[in-house]
This record gives sequence, structure tokens and C-alpha cells, in this order.
Amino acid sequence: MLAASTASRIDPKKRAVLDPRKQQFVKSQWVDQTYPNRMNFYTIPPTEDIALEDFEEWGIARLKVLAELEACQFRNRSPAETEEYMRPVLEKWLRLDSNKSRSPDMHLQRKKDHYSHWTLRLAFASTADLRQRFMRLETQLFKLRLQADSADERRDFIKSLPMSWEMLDADEKATWLSELRAATSVRKDDEENWFKVDWEKVPDLVERRQVLLKKGKAYVHVREQTTMVLNEFTRSLESGLELAARFLPRMDEDNRLAPILHHLSQSFVAPDASYNENNGVSDMTNIHAGSIDGLSSHFPLCMQNLHRELRKNSHLKHQSRLQYTLFLKGIGLNMQECIIFWRKAFKLITDEKFKSEYLYNVRHAYGDVGGDANKRGRGYSPFSCQKLLTEPLPSAGLNHGCPYRTYSPDNLIALLQNVGVGDRELLRAVREDVGRMRYHIACNRVFESTHKNEIKKVKDENLWNASELDTILHPNEYFKRSFLLKNLSLARSGDIGVDGPSQGSN
Amino acid sequence: MPHAVSSPSENMDPEDSVMSNAPAQALDAADNSQPDSSMPDAVAKPATANLEEMFDDDDDEDEFSSSAAIRSDQSSQPEPASQKAAYSDSNILSQFYQRLLPFRPLFQWLNHSATPQPDFQHREFAFTLSGDRYVRYQSFATADLLRKACVSLVPERFEIGPQYSINPRDRKTVLKAGSFRPIMKELVFDIDMTDYDPIRTCCSGAAICHKCWQFINMAIKVVDAALRDDFGFQHILWVYSGRRGAHAWVSDKRAREMDDAKRRSIAGYLVVVTGNEHGKRMGIRRPLHPHFERSLKLLNPHFQTDVLEDQDPWQTAEQTQKLLDLLPDPTLVAALQKKWDSAPNRTSTQKWADIDSVAEAGNLKSINPRQLVDVKQDIRIEYTYPRLDAEVSKKQNHLLKSPFVVHPGTGRVCVPIDVRKLEDFDPLSVPTVTQLLQQIDDWHTKNRDMSEEEKAKVADWQKTAMKPYVEYFRGYVANLLKEEGKGKRSRDADGGAESMEF
Repeated sequence: MLAASTASRIDPKKRAVLDPRKQQFVKSQWVDQTYPNRMNFYTIPPTEDIALEDFEEWGIARLKVLAELEACQFRNRSPAETEEYMRPVLEKWLRLDSNKSRSPDMHLQRKKDHYSHWTLRLAFASTADLRQRFMRLETQLFKLRLQADSADERRDFIKSLPMSWEMLDADEKATWLSELRAATSVRKDDEENWFKVDWEKVPDLVERRQVLLKKGKAYVHVREQTTMVLNEFTRSLESGLELAARFLPRMDEDNRLAPILHHLSQSFVAPDASYNENNGVSDMTNIHAGSIDGLSSHFPLCMQNLHRELRKNSHLKHQSRLQYTLFLKGIGLNMQECIIFWRKAFKLITDEKFKSEYLYNVRHAYGDVGGDANKRGRGYSPFSCQKLLTEPLPSAGLNHGCPYRTYSPDNLIALLQNVGVGDRELLRAVREDVGRMRYHIACNRVFESTHKNEIKKVKDENLWNASELDTILHPNEYFKRSFLLKNLSLARSGDIGVDGPSQGSN
Repeated sequence: MPHAVSSPSENMDPEDSVMSNAPAQALDAADNSQPDSSMPDAVAKPATANLEEMFDDDDDEDEFSSSAAIRSDQSSQPEPASQKAAYSDSNILSQFYQRLLPFRPLFQWLNHSATPQPDFQHREFAFTLSGDRYVRYQSFATADLLRKACVSLVPERFEIGPQYSINPRDRKTVLKAGSFRPIMKELVFDIDMTDYDPIRTCCSGAAICHKCWQFINMAIKVVDAALRDDFGFQHILWVYSGRRGAHAWVSDKRAREMDDAKRRSIAGYLVVVTGNEHGKRMGIRRPLHPHFERSLKLLNPHFQTDVLEDQDPWQTAEQTQKLLDLLPDPTLVAALQKKWDSAPNRTSTQKWADIDSVAEAGNLKSINPRQLVDVKQDIRIEYTYPRLDAEVSKKQNHLLKSPFVVHPGTGRVCVPIDVRKLEDFDPLSVPTVTQLLQQIDDWHTKNRDMSEEEKAKVADWQKTAMKPYVEYFRGYVANLLKEEGKGKRSRDADGGAESMEF
């Protein structure tokens, strides 16, 4: 089977180069989208050219939003809490202004929303599991936005949809009025308007006896329109995704888009957080080899675990060392100090052996040696949660990776208790998250619990922007946030907020 | 069709059958005892052999002759073991399948067309064989092959499942998971008298009488009205389940093609009262949904006569307590308690009236009279509203016993019920399989003078009490086919018009 599929694929170099615009689209036969409404039903795919960067960036932005939405769900946030939490997230990543705002960015915002949706459709069409998840989250996002829409804009949007409903005319209304009222439990001051559809369109309303049924037609009160729009949205998205899945192999495009799409779908495990150098805290405190022990209480479990192993055995294997070195680089430990740190830590090893076997690795991680590319990039980036969660599981006796994923639940609980996390309720929740493979949710749960007083404080006093408290997706982000929360006075007196000036950690 | 002519033992997939006893032996035995089972047109040339002669050859003549006793016995109380065995006796059942069960209309009913199509061919049949063996995923290319399998395997009963995306016999040959899945089945409902045990006083368990059959009548009326008026279904077949309940099969195309979610929502729409003893308070919203308004209108006369008078559900002190538990106002309850303690012989009808009179006398404190009306409505609904086994309706691939098979416990044939003459239907006079076979004999005795040719013109079922039921069923199926043909023709016409354009 494999052989057949590769054989049928034409070598990219030999492939006939067809400029699609010279083929069927000699002149553009589509109408450029105008986005008259804030909301989009995503029925028409995008047609304009966009930059490859935009393709990826917009996709990532949307992914970020969906991931946060999913995190809300995993943590059983109520709809109100979710809305509260999502508002700044949406503002930051996928802002959509209303028509009333007359914002000059309106068109671009809507275009971004439109294109990113279709990008992710491609990225998540491949497996049934991803499709299911994408569909659920997109529906939620749609709902969230629809509810946030102002009443008249929502009405305009719904009116623009190609739905097969028919409003009841005055005659019909007069004939059935009392039954309509009784069936749809209309209150005194409710609007007295109904529309009729085939009952199959509103199975959940039928089940709850919230509609009047006559010969297979359901008479639905206008307030249920939102639910119906949502159902229709899910349905059209579902069929759209299945269609995309069928056509995906035919795209025959593996140079430009395929890697991006692959990366995006990977990111759904835990969204990728690119490392940025601000994540160090060297601007607030002097980090040197000797201070790591003290700072290790702020480390996420993956790094704390490595630190404990290192102290216990005075040694770490290669993978663990790489993971830990990069993390230390990320928190702002410079290379000299890092070399000192490792030298001291490997106290059972001679200087000579250290130099010959370990020094190079550390320097390589900092981009001090190695190929040109490595030097230019100043070494590797610290590993993100996504990287740790998607790399192959460590073999026996190795400790790298994310303990929430690599440890058996019992060992994980023991480890957490060892590092001082003992709250029964919390451990039970962690066990549940881990059982459902929501590793980063478990980690965030632990973070929130161990920092709950501080989080409450910054929330109450409005010190931090709400989007600065979103889900943690990078071990260095974990460290930084933990450090800042525990040293609130320091951050303030130094007048360096989370968005403070980037000073780098070089 | 190659598998069509294979012997029954080949037809059987050994992995499908739950084998509690030695199955192969039993199968062979069934096969041997029925030498003419391979005769393709056993029904087509009926009644040439004298039935008596046929049975003379059999060892269990005694069992057969005892059927006369059953005929006179009009109760449906569980039969003595020997008679029970008679109903699942392979000879009797085999005779029944050969001569009486109307396979042709049954086929048309499931096939929705005169010529075999996947509606029937890919449909699952499940056989319950003697010795508690259960064979699933059988399918048949034609009605005749189904009949042949029944004659040779002699199932105690068989059940009908959905049409699958591929022939159920080939389900293990599919490569991709999910390509073998149910795609169509009639919407079905199951009403069983056991769910009424908390509120019926005349019988319990498997037994029924005319009094409690009224509950089934009420349920049929309400469900039938809802399916027709609310959902717009037209082809609804009600079938007596053979002992103490009824099934409904909705054959409208729209109903057949519903997925599980839609089936669930219909079930949710119809189901209210849970069958258990102190069922959850149902919390019916006011104003009443029009479906309840209509149902109550249908049920109210039954409540007076069939429930209050015939069932007399609040006779004993214990039963009375049940009624009091349903009333929310403590003052009212105390006053009623006092009244009924002093006059213990009041009937349920009187007690029902007492609620109003005591309330009017000023014993209503925590609720107002309007709410009391609602409470009494709730009680009426609880005591009359259909108690459906919702699970049966929710799944597309649920199996349900076929119409016209013999109930192994009572021997009664699962005949269709004509809802237009619902009140006339008497479950206790539904013929049993042994009676029917006797009736064929009687007919031959009576028409001794008729020429063989003329006799051959009369089908076996026409000689028996099956006649009205089969005729009703044939009429029903003819209607269904007519409707189905209409849809098809207009579709074809559309297609034709389109193809003309191209």
C-alpha cells in the first residue's frame, strides 16, 4: 500500500508546473469577500492570495484561542467564567470589531478570522479525532462570539444565513396561538414570533417538548434561533471537514503548506509556545550557578524532577542534560555560569572527563560551538511543553520529558507529594487529567493551586493583564510566572511588569 | 444466489450462535425430522396431504391432541409445562411456518417493493432456536429463502433488525471499520404490561386480563395520535406481542431513515412516566404542552372507567397512602386521611371526588385550587399515560420480534392490531398455533365435498382465524407499497427530466 501511494506521486521536480491562474482562473471568477457581518459562517473558502507567513501566523493565533477554550472546558469553567476568561484572549489573538465600531482594522480582522478558520480546517481534517475536536471547539467559539454580538448585528447575521426556515404568517399564528404559547412556554413579555422547520432540524427541542409539532413540522419560537444556528454551524462544519479529509491527499502539496499544516495539527496536543528571551528573569535577580538550588522551587515538575535527579546521582544522561541546560539558558543563566553549574553538579567526575565529554554539549546548547546555523541561532531554543509531550517516551531509567506523561499515575502522585504538593483534591484532579492525557492541564492545575494566593492577589488588585494568566505552555513560562508571582514586590519595585522592556539574557 | 440453496447448517455461522446445548446435533435432528423442508413450494401446493395422516406418523400425537383443551381455555395465565413445550414443538412450528405465516406480505412490508432490494436483502434476522440458542446476522435474498430457513431451522421466534450498509452475512469481510453499520430500520415502540405493575391491581407479572389490557389500549391511542398528528407518520403497524404488550412499527420513509439522535428525541418527546414504583415526579410544565392536552383528552374517559372503577387502585390503606403521597398539601392530606380512616370502604372513584370536596371545604393551605387541578392532572397522567420501553426506540439496530411469529410462552400468534377497531381487539382470543392447525383440519373435514382443485385455491391461512389479521396486514402493506411507489416514480421522473437536459 505504501509503495503504491509513493509510486503514484510525481517527483516534485518533474511535476508539470501549472500556474493555477493560467488554468481555470484566467480571470478571477470569484467575488472577493466583503465581510458585511462580524460573524462568519465559513461557507465560502478564501480566494485571495496571502503570504505564507500570514497563513501560518493566523493559523497559530486561532489555534491559541481554541486551545484556551479547550482548557476552559477541561477545567470545568462555567459559561460565564469561560466568557470572562476568553475575552482578553480573543482580544489579543483574534480581535473582531463590530460594525458599529467603524474600526479601520475591521476588514483585516475579519479576513484573518476567515482565513485562519480555513487554514485550521485543512490542518485538522486528517483524522477523525482531530476533526471532532476542532468541530467542538469551533462551535464553542462561534457560540461565544454570537452571544457577544449586539442584538441587531446578530439579527442581521442570522438573516443573512441560508437557512430553510419560514416565519409564521399572521393567519397561522392566529389559528394556533394558544397552542403555540403552551408548547413553547412563551412568557407574557416575550416576542410572539415563530417559524416552522422540519422537526428533524431541531431534535433536541423536540425531545424537551419545546416546540409545537404539526404533521412533521416543528413550530419553533424565535429565541431558539441561536441554538439552531449553532446546530447548523456544527453540521456544515462537520460535512466540510469530511470533504476536506477526502481531498487532503489530492492536494499533492508537500513543500510549502504541508509542513505548516503538520506543525499546526501537532500543536493541538499542546499549543506550541515559542520561546522568547523575555522569559528570563535575570533583569530582576542575578542568576548564577549557586542560585539554581534556591530557584528550583519555581521550576515546573519536569525540571524539578531533573534537578532532584541531578542532586541525587550527581549525574544526568544526555537527553535530560540537554533539556535541563536549555531550560537554564531560558531562565537567564549565562553560559559561563551554566558550565560552572554542571561542573559542580558532576562532582564525581574528573575535570578531564568533564571537559572531554560534557563541556561541548553545554557550549553547543548555547550556540558557542557547532555549525554556522547553530551559532547564528545562539543554540537551540528551550523545549516547549509541546516538544516534551510529543517526543518519543524515554526508555527505562531516563528521566527527561514531561513527568505527567512519562510517569505512571502512582509514581507521579508520589513525586508530586515529594515536591510538596499534597492537596488531596488536587491530586485527584491531576490523576483524572493524566488519565485523559491532558498533561499540560494537570501541570497548570498544579501551578494554579500552588500559587493560588498570589493569583488571587494580582487578580483582585488588577496588577496583571488577564491574558498574562492564560494557560502555561512552556516550562520557562512556568518558571517566570512562578517567580514573578512569588516576588510581586520585586517586580513592582523594579517597575518591570510582565510586559516590561525586553532586556534579553544573553 | 449461491448461498440461497445451501443447506441450513451451512447458512449458520457457528460463531454467531450462542450454544448452550449441543447445537449441531439439534440442528441435524430438526433437519431429519422434516424431510420435506427442502421442498421449495411446500406452501404453494397446500392441503393435499391430510393433516391427520401427517400427525399420525409423529410420536407426540398426545401433545397435539391436548390442544383442544387449550382452545377452550380463554385465560392467558402461564400454561402448564407440557403445553408450553407444544408451542415450541418443532413439528408444530414447522407446520406453522410452512402453511400459515404470511411470508410474502412480510417480505413486502420490510422490502418496500415487490422485487427484492437491499431493504430486505441486507436486513438482519435473528433466530431464537430451541435450547436457548440465538443466531444473529442472518439475511435472505428473497422471501422464499427466509421461509425455507424458518421451516428447516424451526426457530421458536425470529426478530427483525435494521438494514445494514452491506449484507450482514458479509460483515466480517469488510476491511474498514465502520463500513458495516445499520442504515435503515422502522421506528419501533414497545409497550409492556410489566411497566404497569405499580398501578394495576388485577394481575401482575406475565398475566393479563381484559381489565388491564385497557392500559395497552390507552397507550396505543396516545402514541398513535402523537405519531400521526405531531410527526406526520402514516404507516404505523401495531402488533400484539403475543402475551402482554404491543409493538409499533413505523414504516414511513422519513421514520426509517432516522439516525439514533432523532429516534432518541422522539422517545424523549413521548416518554413521561417512569415505570418504577415511586417514579420521579415528572415535572410536567404548565401550561400543558399540546401533546399532553390531547393525550389527556384521550385518556380522561379511560381514567374514570378503566382506572378508577375497574382497577380501583386506592382500595387498601397501603394503596391509599400512595395517593396521599402524590398530594403536596399537608393540610389536605391530613383531612383526607381522617376522612378515609373513618370510612375505609370508599372506592377509588369516591376518593378521587373526595379530594375536591375536602379541598373546597377549606383544607387547602400551601397550594391554591388552580395548582390542585394541576396536581390532579399529574396524577391522571401518571395512572394513564403510556409507559414505553424507551430504549427499544432509541437505537436503530435494536432487534424486535417479527409480527406473526408464535409467542413461545402462550402459543399465540403476534397478530397485527387494527387501530381503527382498537376496542374490538381481544388479546385473549388471539388464536394459538395449535388452534390454527386444528382449524385447517376442521376446514378440510367440513369441505370434504369440495374438489381438490377448488381446495387448492384456498390458502391455508384463509381456512383459519388468521384470516382477518392477514387480510388487514396485506391491506396495510399494499398501502405502504403504493406510497413507496409514488415516491419512487416521482424521483425517477425527476431524474428523467434532469437527464433530458444534459
